[in-house]
Amino acid sequence: MRNFIRAYPTEARLIAVIAVIMLFLSFAAPSFLTLANLTALLNNNAVNVIWAVGLLVVLIAGGIDISFAVAASVVQYIAAHIFMSIGGGNWLIGFLVAGGLGILVGFLNASLIHFFRIITIVVTIANYNALFGLLMFVTSGRSIYDLPDWWTTPVPLIERQSADGTWYGLYLPVAIMALAILATWFLINRTTTGRQLYAFGDNPEGARRAGINIGRMQFIAFGWTGLMAGIGGLMQVNIVREVVPNALMGRELDVLAAAVLGGARLGGGRGSVLGCFLGVMLVAITQNGLNLMGVSPFAFKMVVGLIILAAISTSNFKWGGASRKAPTEAK
Amino acid sequence: MSTAAQPETVPALRLAHISKIFGGVKALNDVSFELGRGEVHCLAGENGCGKSTLIKIITGVYTPEPGAEMDYFGQRLTSVTPNQARALGIAVIWQDLALFSEMTVAENIAFDTLAGGRPRLVNYQKIHTMARAALARLGVTLDLDARLNTLPISQRQIVAIARALVSEARIIFMDEPTASLTQAETDRLLDVVRTLSAAGVAVVFVSHRLAEVLEIASRVTVLRDGKLVGVYDTEGMTQSRLTELMTGKTFDKVVSAQDRSADPPVLEVSHLSRAGDYHDINLVIRAGEVVGLTGLIGAGRTELGHTLFGMTRPDSGTIKLNGQPLALRSNRDAIAAGIGYVSEDRLALGLIQPQSIADNMVMAVLARISGSDGLISTRMKTDTVNHGISSLAIKLGQPADAVSTLSGGNQQRVVLAKWLATQPRLLILDSPTVGVDVGARDGIYKIVRRLAGQGLAILMISDEVSEVYFNTDRILRMAGGRIVAEIDPRRISLEQLEEAVYA
Amino acid sequence: MSALYTRLDRALGAEVIGLIGFLLLVLVGFSLATPQFFTVANFDSMAFQLPELGILTLAMLMPIISGGFNLAIVYIANLAGLTLAWTLIQFGGTEAGAGAFLLGSVLAIGVGALAGAMMGLVIAYIGAHPILVSLSMMIFLRGLGEFLTRGGDISGFPPFLSSIGHGYILGIPVPLIIFLAVALLWHVLLTRTRHGFSVYMAGSNIRAAEYSGIHTRRNLTLIYTLSGALCAVAGIVMLTRFNSVRVGHGEALLLVTVLACFLGGVDPMGGFGRVVPVVLALIILQVLSSGLNLLGANQHLSTAVWGLFLVGVMILRWVAARFPMRL
Repeated sequence: MRNFIRAYPTEARLIAVIAVIMLFLSFAAPSFLTLANLTALLNNNAVNVIWAVGLLVVLIAGGIDISFAVAASVVQYIAAHIFMSIGGGNWLIGFLVAGGLGILVGFLNASLIHFFRIITIVVTIANYNALFGLLMFVTSGRSIYDLPDWWTTPVPLIERQSADGTWYGLYLPVAIMALAILATWFLINRTTTGRQLYAFGDNPEGARRAGINIGRMQFIAFGWTGLMAGIGGLMQVNIVREVVPNALMGRELDVLAAAVLGGARLGGGRGSVLGCFLGVMLVAITQNGLNLMGVSPFAFKMVVGLIILAAISTSNFKWGGASRKAPTEAK
Repeated sequence: MSTAAQPETVPALRLAHISKIFGGVKALNDVSFELGRGEVHCLAGENGCGKSTLIKIITGVYTPEPGAEMDYFGQRLTSVTPNQARALGIAVIWQDLALFSEMTVAENIAFDTLAGGRPRLVNYQKIHTMARAALARLGVTLDLDARLNTLPISQRQIVAIARALVSEARIIFMDEPTASLTQAETDRLLDVVRTLSAAGVAVVFVSHRLAEVLEIASRVTVLRDGKLVGVYDTEGMTQSRLTELMTGKTFDKVVSAQDRSADPPVLEVSHLSRAGDYHDINLVIRAGEVVGLTGLIGAGRTELGHTLFGMTRPDSGTIKLNGQPLALRSNRDAIAAGIGYVSEDRLALGLIQPQSIADNMVMAVLARISGSDGLISTRMKTDTVNHGISSLAIKLGQPADAVSTLSGGNQQRVVLAKWLATQPRLLILDSPTVGVDVGARDGIYKIVRRLAGQGLAILMISDEVSEVYFNTDRILRMAGGRIVAEIDPRRISLEQLEEAVYA
Repeated sequence: MSALYTRLDRALGAEVIGLIGFLLLVLVGFSLATPQFFTVANFDSMAFQLPELGILTLAMLMPIISGGFNLAIVYIANLAGLTLAWTLIQFGGTEAGAGAFLLGSVLAIGVGALAGAMMGLVIAYIGAHPILVSLSMMIFLRGLGEFLTRGGDISGFPPFLSSIGHGYILGIPVPLIIFLAVALLWHVLLTRTRHGFSVYMAGSNIRAAEYSGIHTRRNLTLIYTLSGALCAVAGIVMLTRFNSVRVGHGEALLLVTVLACFLGGVDPMGGFGRVVPVVLALIILQVLSSGLNLLGANQHLSTAVWGLFLVGVMILRWVAARFPMRL
C-alpha cells in the first residue's frame, strides 16, 4: 500500500478524491450508488477511456495528439461506407476495418513527424484541420443513420431488470474498454517496446544513444493511438447508432485533460493506464453526481472545469518546459 | 568474436591514422590512440580538440575517413556501428549521463536488455538480478525500485557506471564524470575506477580536473586542434606541464594577492545564518578586492551566494552594501542595489542559449536602456551591446547570433558583460571557469582583476583551489556551512591549501 | 542577388520573404482561376472576415511565444461578448446608447482580462502546465456561458452597432482597422517593450530569465491577462458583426489560431515568433478560404486546405533546413 502511494502518487490521490466524492454522493444522491447508475457510468465513459489509454501512449513517448477524435470520425465514416459496400460485415470485420483505418491515420501523423522532423503538436493540429475539413466537405455535414444492424444493436454482457422495471447492464464497449486497458498496460509495462517508449519520452537523446530506433517509437506510439481512436469510434457508433461527422469535435481536449489529470506528463516519460481510467472517471462521476443532485446540466459543466482547475492547482503538475529545453553544449 | 584465446599483451584498443572531416574542417587529423587492457588512461585536451570526436569514432557514432586502422582487442575493423561497438564491450558514460529519470534504478542499470533486438517481454526478475550484481561489483547498494530522479547526482553516476558493467564492458569511456561530484563522491568514484581496472576493465577518463587525472591515470594522451600532441606517462607529470601541452602555451602562475585592508568595505556580512545551508557567516569585501570562497561541494558556498544575490532569504544576520543595510526580497532587489551574480550553471541559468548575444547582454538592464516613452531604445541597446563586446573583447559573428554559437570562454564573457551593464558594486562569480577551456581561463581571470582594479568588490566562489589561490587577494574556506578559515595566499603554498580544503 | 536577399531577409526577419512569396503565389493563382477574385467586392469581404480570426490568433501568439498555450480564447471572447450584451440589455437593448456600448466594452475587456489573469496566476505561481490550466478554464467558461444563456442566442442590440461591425472609416472596414491597430500594438508590445522582451526570454528559458532579474511570474500573469483582454476585443467585434452572442460561436477557430501561429513561424517550444509573419500567415489563410469559396468550395474545404498547407510549409521548411540553397 505504502509502496503504491510512493510509486503512483497521482493515482493514489485520485483514488482518494474519487472515494470522497462517491461517499458524499452516496448520501447526497440516493440513486448514485445503485447498480443501474454505476453501470451507466461505465457504459457512457467506455469510449473516453479507450481514447485516453490510446492517447497515453503518445504522451508517454513525449508527443501530443490533437487529431485522434477527428480520426475516429473519419474512421466511422469510411468504415460505414466499407460495410455498406460489402453488404453489411460483422464485428470481426468491423474491428479489423476500424482498427486498421485508425492505425493508418496514426502512421500518417508518425510519417510526417519522423521523416520531416515536425513537432507532434504542429503535425496533429495540421492533420486535425485537414481531416476535419475534408470530412465535413465530403459528407457535407450529413449524418449516416442507415447502418448495419450488428453495428447499432447493443451487445449486452450482463443485463438485469431492476425493481422499477428498467433494464440495466454492461455492454460491449465496456468489455472493449477493459481489453484496451489491459492491452495498453501490457504494452507499456510488460514489453521492451513499452519501456523503450517511456525511455524515449523521458530522454530522447539518451534513448537514441542506447540504440533505440526513434522512428519505430513514433510509429508505434501514433499507431497505437490511431488503433484506439478507430476502435473507440466503432464503439461510439454502437452506443449512439449514428455517424455524425462533427459529433466528436472537442472531445480530444476533454480526453487530454482527463489523461493529464491521471498523471500523464505533457513532455513524456510518465503516465499510467490506471491514472487514465481514474482521470476519466473523476470527471464522469462529478458530472453524474451533480446531475443526480438536480443541478442544471449547464452549471455542472462549469463545476467540472473548476474541479480540474482545483486539482491541478493543488497538486504537483510541474511545468517542466523550461528546464527540458536547455540545450547541451556543443563539443 | 571470442578474444579469450588471444594473448593478454594485445592492447584493448589500437587506432592509427584516424581523421575526421566535418564540412571541410579537420576535426581529427591523423591521430593514433592505444589503450592497454585494464589500463586507466586519460584523454586530455581543450574543448574542440577532438576528444569527443575520437570517442564517437571508437564507439561507432561517426565513421572515420578512409585509411584508418582500428584494432579492437586485436581484431582489425574498418568500421563499427554503435551496436557492434557495444557488442565488443565498449561503453560510454556521457557527461549528461543519458539516463532515464522517470525509470527505476534497476531499469536504468539493465537498460541495454530493454533497448536492443526484437520486441519481447520484460523480465523484471532478471533486470533486478543483473542490477544487483552490477552494483555488487562496485561495492554499492542502492534501492533498485527507486525512481532515478529521487537520487542525488552522485548516485546517478554510480548507476551509469553499473549500466556500463552490465553490458560486459571491457572498455569504459567516462566523459567528465566528476564534474558535479563532491570531493568525497569523487574519491569513491576513483576507487570504483581502480576496482574496475584491477578486474581488467580499461577506463578512459576525460576530465578537466587535471589533479585527479594525474592521480588516477597511468598514461595520458593529449590532443590539440585535432592533432595528437603525444602520449605521456603520468609518473612525473605536473599539472602545469599538462596545461602547457594541452594549450600549447606556457603559463607562469604567480600569486596575485594584495593587501586591501585600507580600502573602504563594499560588502559587510555579519552573523548571517540560514538553516540547513550556512551558519553565522561574517565577511567583508572591500572595494577593489577579490575574495575567494572555497570549500567542498555542499559546504554552503553556492547557498551563501544565492542569499547575497537575493534568491533566498537568511533566517538571521545582516548584509550591508556600502554601509547601507539590505533587505533583499528577490534578486531584482539585489540587482537594483548593485549586485551581480555569475551562475555556476551557464548552460541552464547563466545565459539563454537559443537567444541572441545582444539580448542576453541587455537582459538585466531593460529599464536602463528604455527611453522616456517606456520603450526599449534601439540606440541605447546597441550602445550597451557594443560597449560590452569591445570592453570584454568578445569574439563573435553578429550580436544577433544565438549565444549558443559562442565558445565557453566567450559565453562567460557575455555573462560578465550582462552584469557589468548593471554597473554593479559587488560581483559574485560562482565557478567562473566551469566549461571554459584551460587556455581561455586566463582571459577571464585578467578581466576579473581589471574589474577589481576599477573598484568593484568581487566574491569568487570555486571548488578549484588553484583558481582562488592564484587569482584572489584573500581566501575564505567554508566547511559544514561555516567559514572556518581566512587565508592569505601569499603566506601559504598551493599544496598546503589543497590539503587544508580536501583533508 | 544573394546579397540583396540576405539584406532583405535580415531587415524583414525570418519567414517574411517566404510568406510574401506564398501570398503572391495564391493571389496570382486565384486571380487566374476566377475573374471574381481580383475584385473590390472580394477584397472587401476578405477584409471583414479576417479580423475575427486575426485578433484571436494574436491572443494566442503571446502565450505560445512564452512556451505555453491559451486554449480558452474562444470562450473568453464569448463571455466578454455576453458581458457587453448584458450591459446593452440593461440599458434598454435596442434603445441602448453609445455610452452603454462603451461601458459594456470596458466591462467586457475587464472580464476577459480577469479570466486571463486567473489563468496567468495559476500558471505563474503554482507552476501548472498552461495547456491544462487554459483547458480547464475553457471547460469552466463554456459551462458558465451555457449556464448563463441556457445554450441560446442573445440578440436585440442597438442598430448603430452595425456601423462598427459592417461600417467603414475612410473606406476601410472598421473591423479591419481594429485588427490592424491591435496588430500594431502587439508588434510594438513584443518588439519594443520590456514586457515583450521578457516574453521571449522567459519563453526560451524561464529560470535563466529569472536569474537575470526578469520578474517571470509577473510576466506570465501579464501575458495571459493581455491575451484575455484581446480575446474580449475579438468577442466585441464578433458581437457587432453578427448582432448576436452565442456561447460556442467561433469554437472551430481555436485550433486554427494555433495553426496560423505555426504557419507564421512561431516556435511551438516557445522563445521565438513575431507579429508580422503571423499576420501574413493570416492573410494567406483568408485568401485561400475566400478564393476557394469563389471557386465553389465551402469553408470546410478551406479548413482542410489550411491543414494541408501547414503540412506543406513545414515540409518545405524541413527541405530548406536540410538543403540550404544559395540564391
